Amino acid sequence: MGGEPNSDMYMSNEETVSPRRHWNETVMLQSLKTPTRLAALLIGALVLFLAMALPSVAQSIDDAIAKLTTDGYSDTAAAINALATSGSPRALPIVQALNDGKLQFSASDKKVFIVTATGLVEAVTGAPVATPPADISDVRANNRIRGLVNAALGALSLANPDPQKRIASADAVFKSRDEGALAALDTAIANETNSTVAIAFKAAKAAIILFKADAPVNDRVAAAQAIQLRGTQDAVALLRSLPADTPKPVLEAANASAKAIEYNLALWSMAQNAWYGLSLGSVLLLAAIGLAITFGVMGIINMAHGEMVMIGAYVTFVVQEIIRTRFPGLFDWSLTIALPLAFMTSGLVGIAIERTIIRWLYGRPLDTLLATWGISLALQQTVRSIFGANNREVGSPSWMSGSFQVGQLSITWGRMWIIVFALIVFAGLIAILRRTPLGLQMRAVTQNRSMASAMGIPTAWIDALTFGLGCGIAGIAGVALSQIDNVSPNLGQGYIIDSFMVVVFGGVGNLWGTLVGAMTLGIVNKFLEPVAGAVLGKIFVLVAIILFIQKRPRGLFALKGRAVES
Amino acid sequence: MDIAANSILYLDGVAVSFDGYKALRGLSLVIEPGEMRAIIGPNGAGKTTMMDIITGKTRPDEGEVLFEGSTDLTKLDEATIAEMGIGRKFQKPTVFESHTVRDNLVLSLKDNRSPFATLFHSSTEEQDARIDELLTTIKLTHRAYDLARNLSHGQKQWLEIGMLLAQEPKLLLVDEPVAGMTDAETMETAALLREINKTKSVVVVEHDMAFVRELGVKVTVLHEGAVLAEGPIDYVANDPKVIEVYLGR
Amino acid sequence: MIISFLIKGLDRRTAICMLVLLLICAAVPLSNAYLPVGHPFRIPTDEMLQFGKYGSYALLAVSLDLVWGYCGILSLGHGAFFALGGYAMGMYLMRQIGARGVYANPILPDFMVFLNWKALPVTWYGFNWFGYAMVMVLLVPGLLAFVFGWFAFRSRVTGVYLSIITQAMTYALLLAFFRNDMGFGGNNGLTDFKDILGYNIQADSTRRGLFVATMLMLCLGLWVASGIVNSKLGKVLIAIRDAESRTRFIGYRVAEYKTVIFTISACMAGVAGALYVPQVLIINPSEFSPGNSIEAVIWVAVGGRGTLIGAIVGAVAVNWGKTWFTGQFPEFWLFALGALFVAGPLLLPKGIVGSISDMLAKKKSSQMYASLPATSEAVEDGASPTVE
Repeated sequence: MGGEPNSDMYMSNEETVSPRRHWNETVMLQSLKTPTRLAALLIGALVLFLAMALPSVAQSIDDAIAKLTTDGYSDTAAAINALATSGSPRALPIVQALNDGKLQFSASDKKVFIVTATGLVEAVTGAPVATPPADISDVRANNRIRGLVNAALGALSLANPDPQKRIASADAVFKSRDEGALAALDTAIANETNSTVAIAFKAAKAAIILFKADAPVNDRVAAAQAIQLRGTQDAVALLRSLPADTPKPVLEAANASAKAIEYNLALWSMAQNAWYGLSLGSVLLLAAIGLAITFGVMGIINMAHGEMVMIGAYVTFVVQEIIRTRFPGLFDWSLTIALPLAFMTSGLVGIAIERTIIRWLYGRPLDTLLATWGISLALQQTVRSIFGANNREVGSPSWMSGSFQVGQLSITWGRMWIIVFALIVFAGLIAILRRTPLGLQMRAVTQNRSMASAMGIPTAWIDALTFGLGCGIAGIAGVALSQIDNVSPNLGQGYIIDSFMVVVFGGVGNLWGTLVGAMTLGIVNKFLEPVAGAVLGKIFVLVAIILFIQKRPRGLFALKGRAVES
Repeated sequence: MDIAANSILYLDGVAVSFDGYKALRGLSLVIEPGEMRAIIGPNGAGKTTMMDIITGKTRPDEGEVLFEGSTDLTKLDEATIAEMGIGRKFQKPTVFESHTVRDNLVLSLKDNRSPFATLFHSSTEEQDARIDELLTTIKLTHRAYDLARNLSHGQKQWLEIGMLLAQEPKLLLVDEPVAGMTDAETMETAALLREINKTKSVVVVEHDMAFVRELGVKVTVLHEGAVLAEGPIDYVANDPKVIEVYLGR
Repeated sequence: MIISFLIKGLDRRTAICMLVLLLICAAVPLSNAYLPVGHPFRIPTDEMLQFGKYGSYALLAVSLDLVWGYCGILSLGHGAFFALGGYAMGMYLMRQIGARGVYANPILPDFMVFLNWKALPVTWYGFNWFGYAMVMVLLVPGLLAFVFGWFAFRSRVTGVYLSIITQAMTYALLLAFFRNDMGFGGNNGLTDFKDILGYNIQADSTRRGLFVATMLMLCLGLWVASGIVNSKLGKVLIAIRDAESRTRFIGYRVAEYKTVIFTISACMAGVAGALYVPQVLIINPSEFSPGNSIEAVIWVAVGGRGTLIGAIVGAVAVNWGKTWFTGQFPEFWLFALGALFVAGPLLLPKGIVGSISDMLAKKKSSQMYASLPATSEAVEDGASPTVE
C-alpha cells in the first residue's frame, strides 16, 4: 500500500479529480481524518521539492528561460518546445501563463515572471517578486506561437510524470474533445506504459474522433466501441449526446456501447451493494457473536450485551487518550493495544455480573431479561457519569484510512479490516469452542449440566467463564465498532435488537448460523436501501424477521427433535 | 381396511426421524375398541414418540395413523385430537400447580373449549356433581380446595388420571402411571385403570413388569422404533428376542 | 351473562381497590375545585395531572399484567399499543385545532402544511369525530395485536423469543413513525392541542374531567380484567402459563386463547394511551421506544405480577419514584431504575402485592390466592435453548 497515501494527497489537495474517481472522493475524504491528511501534505511537498532540485531538469529549463527573454518569435518557439520536453513541473504553469498572456520577462535580469492574482512571481522558482524590474514587458505571441503553445500545453499535461495528472488531463480532453490535442494524444499513447493511463488516453482520443464530423464513419464506429473501455457514467452521457444528424452506423455503435457500459455499471453497483452488505454484515456479526455465546449457547438473555460492546469502545477511547498524551508514536498501535484490554475489561465485567446476579436467575429467562436490562441502564449511567453524555472522538490509525479501487469498486481500508477482523474473531471463537479444554468443558456443561458436574467439571466456574468469554468478545467488537460508530453511552443500545435478530434468525446455539444470519441480514439490508430508503429498508428487514421467526421459530439452522423441545 | 375400520386406534408403518436419528421405523399397532394394551420397551424404543404422534405433537414422516378407523390424526392438532376423545397422561405428572384440585378437574371437564364459552362459563349442577364423583374416584375429595402443587407425587398422578377421566375420552394414553409410586399405590392404580377400561380403551406405557403383570392384558414390546413382539405377558416374557433386548446382547 | 361475568370480577380485593380508586377519583378533583389555593388539603392542578398520568400508566400496567402475570406472555412491545391509542387520540385532538394552527389551514394540521401536502391522507379521515377516534383507539392496537398474536401464537413462538419479536415490533413502529411520509408528524409527533370535545384542553375544569375519566377507565379496566381472571377463561390462561402443552392436550386451543387475551390487553393499553395524551398534551414516536415498554414491565414486576392490583401499585410507585428522583437526583434515576430491575426478580420475585398476600395467606390458609403465579421455572416451558 506504499503508493496509496500519495495519490490520495493529490486527489484531495489539488482538486484535479478525475471523473471516474469523483464519486468515491467524498468517501475517501471522510475516511481521511485530519492528522493523516497533514502527513500526506508534507510528504507531497517533499516530493515536489526533490523534483525541483533535480539538476538536469533545471538545466533545460534555464536554457528555455533564457530564450524567452530575447523577445524573438523563433527563440520563443524554441523555448516552448524545450519546455514541452523538459519534464519539469514548472514548465506547465509557464506555458499556461504564456497562453493566458500573463508571462512577462526582463531582458536585463534574464528572468521571466508570471502575473498571478496575488502579484508577480518568479516563473522558475515560484517565489513572489516584491519590486518588478524596470524593463519588464509581456512575452509576445503570434499565431504560430499560439499554435505551439496549444500543442505544448496538451503534450505537457499528457506527459506529466504523475499518472493521476495524466489521467486528469486525458479526462479534460475527453470532456473538451479538442481536436488540437489529437497529435499530442497519439504521441502520449505511443509513449504510455501505464495501462490505466493508456485507457484514459485512448478513451479521450476516441471521444474526439467520435464527435469529429469529418472523420471516416468506420473510424467513428470504432471510436464509439473504444469508449466502452472507459466504462463510466459520463461515457454513457457522451455516447448518448451525439447529434441526431450523425451517420446511422455511428449512432448505432454508440448506442450499443452505452448499453454495454450501463450493464457493466449495474453489475458493479450490485457488487458495491454486496460489498456494503458484507461490511454491514460483519458489523452485525461482531455485535452478535458474543451474544451467540451468552444467549445461543448458554441461553442467558443478556440485554446488557450492547453495553459490553460500549465498554470495549470506551476502552479504545481511553487507550488512545493515554497514547496521545504519553506515547504519540504508538498511535498506529492503539487498536492493537486496546483489543486485549477491551476483552479483559468487558470479560471481567461480564464475569462479575454472572457471579453476582445472573447465576441466581438460571432457569428464569424472563427474569434474567429484566435484570440484565437493569444492568444495562446502570452501566450506561456509569459511563455517562464518568465520560459525559457526549460522543467521544476515537481516531483511526493510518492503516485503516484511505481506500483502494477494484474495477469500479471503491474499497476503504477501514471496512476491509473490519470484515477481516470479524472473520478472524469468528474463526477464533470456533477454535476456542472446538479445540480448547475450556471449549470442551463449556459444551459439556451446556449439554448436560448434571453429567458434567458428576465428572468433576466445575460447572459454576465454566458458566462464569463462558459468560465472560461472550462479554469479552463483545468488548473486542466494541474496539472495531469505535471506528465506525459514535462512541457514546448509547452505543450499545443501537446494537441490541439487531444482535438478537441475528442470533435468533441464524438459529440459536449455532455459531455458523450466526455468521450466515449476520451476512444475510447485512446484504439484504443494503440491497433494500437503494430501493426503499435506509429506514424503510430496516423496517422491512425487521418485519421479515418477525415473520420468519413465526415460520421457523428456532431460526435458519435450528436443531430439531424432542431434546430441543423439552 | 377391515382391521382399520374395526379399530379405535390404527398405526401402520409409522416412521419419524429427528436430525437423522430414526425414532420410529415402521411402527404398526392396532387397538380394538374397549381394549387395554400395555406397551413396554427399553429406553429409546420410541414409546413417547409414538404417544407424541398419536396426540398430534409430532408429525410422522410417513405412515398412517387413524382414530376410530377413519380420522387421520396426522392432519390434526393436539387440541382437536383431545376434543375428539384421546386423552393423554404424561410421564412426569403435569397438573396445573397453581390451581386447586377442583379447578384442575373443572378445566378438564368435557365442555365447550372456545375462549368465548369459557369467558362466560358458569358451572351447571350436573357438572358439579360430576366433579364430586370424580373426586371420589381418585380419592381426593378431602383435598378438593388445596392447591395442586401441595399434593404428594402419587396424588398428582391420580389427579392427572382424574383430569383424563373428566375429559371423557374414548381412548386413554397413559405414560408410566406408576413411576415413583409405592407398591400399594401401584396396585391401586392398576385397579383404577381396570375400572376405567370397563368403559374406555386404554394404552399404558410402562417399565414396571409387576404392574404390567397385574394389569393382565395383551402386551406389545417396542424396540428401536418398531414392534418386537406382541401377546400375553407370559408369552412375550419368554420370547428370546425380548429377553435379549432386555438383558443385553 | 355479562352481568354474572362482572359480578364474578368483584372479588373482595378488586372491590376494595375499586372503592379506593373511586374515592380518589372523587376527592382529588373536588379538593382541586373547591378548596382555596394554598389550603393544605388542596391538590394543585399540576399534581392532579401528574397522578392522572400515573393513572393511565396504571391501566397500561393492568393490561400488561393480564398477559404476563396470567398467561406468561412477556410482551416487550406493549408500549406500542399504548402509543397507537395515544396517536389515535392525538389525531382527534389535532383535527380539533382546525384553523387555529400556525398556518390557519382549516383541514390540514400544521405539519402537513409545512410538508406542502395538499390533501388530508386517508388515514386521517374521520378523526374529526370523537366517536370514530375512540373506536380507532380500541381497533388499531387491537387489530395489530390480533394479527401479530395470530401469527406468533399459532406458530408457537413462546418465552423470550416472543419477547424479542414484540420488542422488534415496537422498534419497527418507532422507525416508521419517525418518518415524515407516514403522515403522523414525524419525530415532532402531534402537539399544540387546543380543545377536547369543545372544552379548552388546558383549563383546570377540563383537566379535572380528564382525571375523573382516567380513574373511571382504570376502575373499569381493573373490573374487566378481574372478571376475566376470575372466569374459567382466566383459569385456562393460568393453566397455559403453568403448563402450556398440558393445556393443549386437554383440548384447549392455546393459540386462540393467547390471541384473545393479547388482543384484549392491547385494546386496554390503547385506551391507556388515549387517556395519557390529552393530559401530557403531546405524543411523539419516542413512546414507541423499546425502553418504554420494558419500563412498563418493571412496574408490574415491582407491584407483583398476576395480582392486577399489584400492577396499579407498581405503576404508581415506580413513576412517583421516578418523578421524585429526576427532581432530586437526576443522575441517579437510571441507577435506581436499574437496581429495581435487578432487585425485583432477585429479592422480591412476587412483587409488593404478591409478597404481602403471601404473608397474609400464610396466616390464614393457602387456598385464598390461587391466582399467584407458580415458581418462575414453571412459567417457561422449554424456553431456554440448549445445544445438542
